[in-house]
This record gives sequence, structure tokens and C-alpha cells, in this order.
Amino acid sequence: MIEMLIYALLAIGIIFNAIGALALHRFIDPYTRLHGSTLCTTFGSIFIVLAVVIYSITTGSIQMALHAVFALAFIMVTSATGSHAIARASYLAGIKPKKVSVDKLAKVSK
Amino acid sequence: MLLLAITSVDRGETLLDFIVAFCLSLVAYLVLTAGSGNILLWSNAELILGTIFAVITALIVKSLFNKLNIKLSNKALNPKRWLLFLAYVFGPFALSLIKANIDVAYRVLTGKIKPAIVEIDPKLKNDFGIAMLANSITLTPGTLTLEAKGGKLYIHWLNAKSEKPRIRQVCSSFADWIRRITE
Repeated sequence: MIEMLIYALLAIGIIFNAIGALALHRFIDPYTRLHGSTLCTTFGSIFIVLAVVIYSITTGSIQMALHAVFALAFIMVTSATGSHAIARASYLAGIKPKKVSVDKLAKVSK
Repeated sequence: MLLLAITSVDRGETLLDFIVAFCLSLVAYLVLTAGSGNILLWSNAELILGTIFAVITALIVKSLFNKLNIKLSNKALNPKRWLLFLAYVFGPFALSLIKANIDVAYRVLTGKIKPAIVEIDPKLKNDFGIAMLANSITLTPGTLTLEAKGGKLYIHWLNAKSEKPRIRQVCSSFADWIRRITE
């Protein structure tokens, strides 16, 4: 029963990772592609870490659960900063966002 | 080593940064190595190594804070704010994370997007709050902080509902919660 739960959580995580990878292919410019990559770092990694936590609790070693939760916290903090840095660098490098209905930053950055 | 570190710390204001960074990195190291021995939960070597690494980390943090002129206020040590922060992460933030993930997954599969770069003015007073709000917004799929200038945030929005949105439309109740945590 608990094994099924672990497999289900892993499956959800991997599906969201796959959708995030698909977003890199389908979307049109760096900014929209980064939205896809946040899918991987949030739901993708959260569900896989949940599966690890449940597995390690059932096998009786809390250590692995602690490590996984710590890894998740650091992934969350650093990936947000990283995406922001990539987006800002591509804006400063002059890559125009495609299909935008309004660009409030264009006036300010000049 | 420890004595050397303490004497090299300036007296007064910057001591607080050093102590907080030291405690946080020591706790992180001890959590990661829990169960390695029998002095409580840790072995001798891990305790000594943990202290040395924590001192090195705290020294780096202190010199970085001095260089960038960041001051840690006493408010950062208030446990009520830490509890509020935890409530924020597991309450409103987790809820909007779920909604946004499902929404963005749907938009990836169908391709229905309407991107825009909008401007919001969250009226937060200190840099720490602005950084926290920008990170929360970036971590939520569908919104991405591009730039923070003069207290205003410029956000790339995957599915823009309006060109001049209210703050609540972009980041639900994040700004109010962060104001309560940091001010």
C-alpha cells in the first residue's frame, strides 16, 4: 500500500518534470521558457522529495529524509535567484520578449 | 581557530551577523550529520569539523555583509517572525504554488499564453522584504521577476489578466504576509 503511494508520488514528480522539459521545446523566448523550468524545480522536486521522505520513514532511517528536505530547501532558494539572474541577463543583453502585450520595463531600463 | 575568529570580528554591530551566521551554519551541519556517533547524536570528529566550517562560513558572511553594507536588525532574531515565515511558506505560498503549477502545466500542453511585462509597487520598506517577495514571485510558475528598481518590481507574466494589475492579481497575498514578517 505504502509502496503504491511512493510510486504515485514519484510518477507525479516525473510527469511535472517532463512537462517542464516540454515547455523548453514549445515556448517561444527565454522568459517564457524559464516559466517551464520553475515547474521542474517546484512540483517536480517537491513530489520526488516527498517520495524519498516516505520511503526513508518506512525503512526506519530518518537521516535520508532530513537530507532530502534540506536539499529541497536549498534548491528552492537558489533556483529562484538563478532564474531571476538568467532573465535579467537576457533582458540586458537585448533579447526582446516576444508576443508581449505590454512591456513596462522598456522605458525604465533605458 | 575560534579565538582567532572572535578577535578578528569588529566589536559591536557586526558581531550579531557573525553569531547568527555561525549558529545557522552549525545547525545545518549538525542536521546533515545527525546519527554519526554517540555524543548525543554526533561523533567527536563531526562536532569539531562542524565548528570549524561554521566559523569559516560566518567569517565569509561577515566580510560579505561588510562589503555590501548590509545590516542585520534585531528584528531578525524575533521568534514570532520565524513562526510567521513558516506559516507563510506552508500556508498561502504552498496554496498558490499548487494552483500555479497546475495552471502552467495546462498552458504548456495547450500553448494558450498571453505574456506581458507588468509593473507592481509592493511598498515594502527594506531590501530583505523586496528580495523575499521577488524570490517568492519567481518561484511561483507563471510569474518571473525581471528587475527591481526603486522599490518597484517588473514581472514577466505568462498569462496576463490585465496590463495594469493590482498587486493581489499577480502575487495573491504575498506582499501583505511579507510586510508582516519583515517590518
